[in-house]
Parts: sequence; C-alpha cells; structure tokens
Amino acid sequence: MASNEEILAGLAEIVNEETGLATEAVEMDKSFTEDLDIDSISMMTIVVNAEEKFGVRIPDEEVKNLKTVGDAVSFIASAQA
Amino acid sequence: MARKVVITGLGATTPIGGDVPTMWKNALKGVSGAHTLEDDWVAKYELPVHFAARASNPATEVLSRVEAKRMDPSTQFAVVASREAWADAGITEIDHDRLAVAFATGIGGVWTLLDAWDTLREKGPRRVLPMTVPMLMPNGPAAAVSLDLGARAGAHTPVSACASGTEAVHMGLDLIRSGKADVVVCGGAEAAIHPMPIAAFASMQALSRRNDDPEHASRPYDIDRDGFVMGEGAGALVLEAEEHALARGARIYAELAGTSVTADAYHITAPDPEGLGATRALKAAMFDGRIQPEDVVHVNAHATSTPVGDKPEYAALKAALGKQLDSVAVSATKSQMGHLLGASGAVEAVLTVMAIYDRKAPVTINLENQDPEIPLDVVTTARELPSGSIAALSNSFGFGGHNAVIAVRSI
Repeated sequence: MASNEEILAGLAEIVNEETGLATEAVEMDKSFTEDLDIDSISMMTIVVNAEEKFGVRIPDEEVKNLKTVGDAVSFIASAQA
Repeated sequence: MARKVVITGLGATTPIGGDVPTMWKNALKGVSGAHTLEDDWVAKYELPVHFAARASNPATEVLSRVEAKRMDPSTQFAVVASREAWADAGITEIDHDRLAVAFATGIGGVWTLLDAWDTLREKGPRRVLPMTVPMLMPNGPAAAVSLDLGARAGAHTPVSACASGTEAVHMGLDLIRSGKADVVVCGGAEAAIHPMPIAAFASMQALSRRNDDPEHASRPYDIDRDGFVMGEGAGALVLEAEEHALARGARIYAELAGTSVTADAYHITAPDPEGLGATRALKAAMFDGRIQPEDVVHVNAHATSTPVGDKPEYAALKAALGKQLDSVAVSATKSQMGHLLGASGAVEAVLTVMAIYDRKAPVTINLENQDPEIPLDVVTTARELPSGSIAALSNSFGFGGHNAVIAVRSI
C-alpha cells in the first residue's frame, strides 16, 4: 500500500516520462489539461502506465473525473485500499 | 510558361552520414554502411540474412526523448532530415498557408504496428498505446513534418514502394507549378530493419545473402550481385518557386527541371525486362524539363544490386539517351548505403542535386567484374562533371511497376 506522497512521486515520474515535464511541476493542485498541458492521448498513456505501476484499474469513464493530479492520487489510493 | 522550381535546402540521415555534408563527403570517398546486425532477433528467428545498413546516427541526437517517443522510427528520420533541409534553406519569413509537405514512405510505421500487435497478444488491449494509430499511419512522416514546420498548404504522402521518395519530389514540383504552394518540403523516410520485413524480402529472394562479408554485399552491376541490402533513413529537399527564392536572395543549389511518373502494368514485382515503363518515365522527365540527351552528364541509377533489376534500367537509359549514354557518368549509390526503400529516391535526389552543385559524381563501390550485359560508364572513383549548363537524372522503380524520374539542371 503506497502513501499519497509515494503515489504522487510515482505519478510524477510517469508524467515526466510521457511529456518531459519536470517531476517537481507535478503537484497535487495542478490540472492535467489546464496547468500541465496534457492532451487526451497522453492522459490515456499516463493512466495505463499508472494502472501497471500501482496495480489498479482506472475505468475509462473515470478518467474524465481525474481533473487534477490530486484527483488521480486519491483515486489510486482508494483503488488500492 | 510553367513556374520554374529550384532547390534551396537539403537534408539527410543515412547509413553513410547523419547529415548532408557527412553523407556527401563519404559518397565521394566510397564507404559501406552495411554491417552485421547485432540484434538477438537475427538468431532467434533464424533469419537467412544477418546484415543491413543502419542509419549512422540515432534520431535522438536531434530529437528530444519525448518527441521521439511519439514518433515511429520512420517519422523520426523524416523530421531529422526535414529540419536539416529547412535550416539549410534559411527561410526566415514564410506564408505558412503557402508551404506544403510531400513526404513519402514505402512501408510506414512497421515497428509501431508490429510492436502493438505483440503488446496486444502478450499484455492485452489495455496496454496498446493510444499513440499507436498516428504512429503507424503511412502519412505519419508527412504529418509530423507539417506539424514541425507549420506547413498548412497540405501534407501529402505518395506511396509507390521504392519509387515513393522520387514520387514525393515529383509531387512537390507539381504543387509549386500548379500554384498550390510556393515552397514544398519533400522527401522520403524508411525504418524497416525489423525481422518481419527482412524475412519477407528474403523470402522473395530479393536480399543479398553475403552474410560473411556485408560491406561487399551491395554490388550493383557486378556479375556476382545477389540481391539488395536493406537500408534505413531519410532524405529531404526544400523546393521553392524561383521568384520566391530570388526575392529572399536564397542560395540556389540547382533547378528541379522536370519529373515524371509512369507505371509498367506488366507484373506486380518483376520489372518489365525491356524497361519500357522506365524508358517512358525517363523520356517524359526530360521532355518535362526541356532537356536534350546531350545535356545529361550524370545519372544516379536505381541499381539495387539484384540480378534481375539492374539490366532493364540499362535498356531504358540506352533507349532514352542513345549514344549520349557513353558520355554519362553513372553512379549506383546503393552500393554504399544499401536500399532505403521509400526513402531511397529522396536521398538519391539529394545526392543528384549535390552532384550538380558540386560538379562531382559520387562513387559506386564493390564493382569488381562489371556485368558485360550492362556496359555503362560506372563511376568507381569520384569524378568531376563538366562545366557549363549540365543536367542529371535520378531513377527510382518500385514494386507495383512504379517508375519515377527526376531531372536536375545546373543554374
């Protein structure tokens, strides 16, 4: 079971790998689209990589609710619980 | 009178150089880009061919990691070559609505396609990357170049197997002459050194099997030629309406005088043994460029090094150029870099432009015993081309009976 900090750090690595954004830029209150400029195709890649990394399933219909990095961290944490 | 079209920028990434200056230096020296493949899949799949001519420089020397991740290797090569050509042209101000792209590939994103199929079978549909479709589509290189340079007058992808790169140059000329664009970035890219295409080309007996001596395997016109050598990379040219180039005081390499495309309608893979389709293409390109046989001093031949392919091209050159052929310096540059398939015509167009601009014909290596049925004047050490107004031709032929020819004239 990963802590929120661990999930954030793991997610930041995935975002960096996909987009080249610095891991420090990936903060809880940042919006994937507005702040991080991540398009829908990159978002799906990030989701699938997060599923593998954290051993969870993020349904397609859930992805549109993951507006901020914090939303994703919370979802992954609850899915792991 | 048709708009005159000139060439103002060149780019290339090939097995004998990752940019035009390096490639040209090596092309005049005569080097081989073919080497034994170290990949474990050669033994794993018991491939009958153990070598190929890989691009000498990885695309990641130019592209960022994130850029490269979203592109099939063929598209990576296209962007590398077109960025070099664009920088070389030195265009600082452009109406982007008048800038077009014509970028070809023979096979397209074969690595992406087959990797995705492996992923689907091994890990399931969820793991198939969302970027798979834009990465595998054959228009991927043209689209990426258009996006990279902001070319909005259309992004086109002629596909005609190993004639694709030359057909892209042909299309570029048409786009400018017809007034649809003032500047066109054209070229071809290929990245098919993957076990499946190697197995498939080997299966049709098209590849050389000289596994113990890769550097000497590509030997166009030699009596002991036994097939082509797979190469990879890209070539790119910036074509420009002459008035557009003159207005900005551009350095002009040469005039793209004429082009043509014909089809054999003879056999799906075998060339017409009499080279009739190639003859028509040669004559049409010369007519299009108002070029007489006696203007032609150099030919960059298709010459892939297959036993059946090299002869009909000779017949076609003889039919189109007549006795002038005795005075034509013929270069078979696939001897050095192998066969870049859909990129070959574009890279050879770059070499042909450099030959006219530098007035030197590049080298054909590995010609030890010339096939007596192909009595061409083959350039085996770099040769000076005459002064004055001169012209050169570059031929490409592709499976499907495609013939494409471009004619380049000195300015």
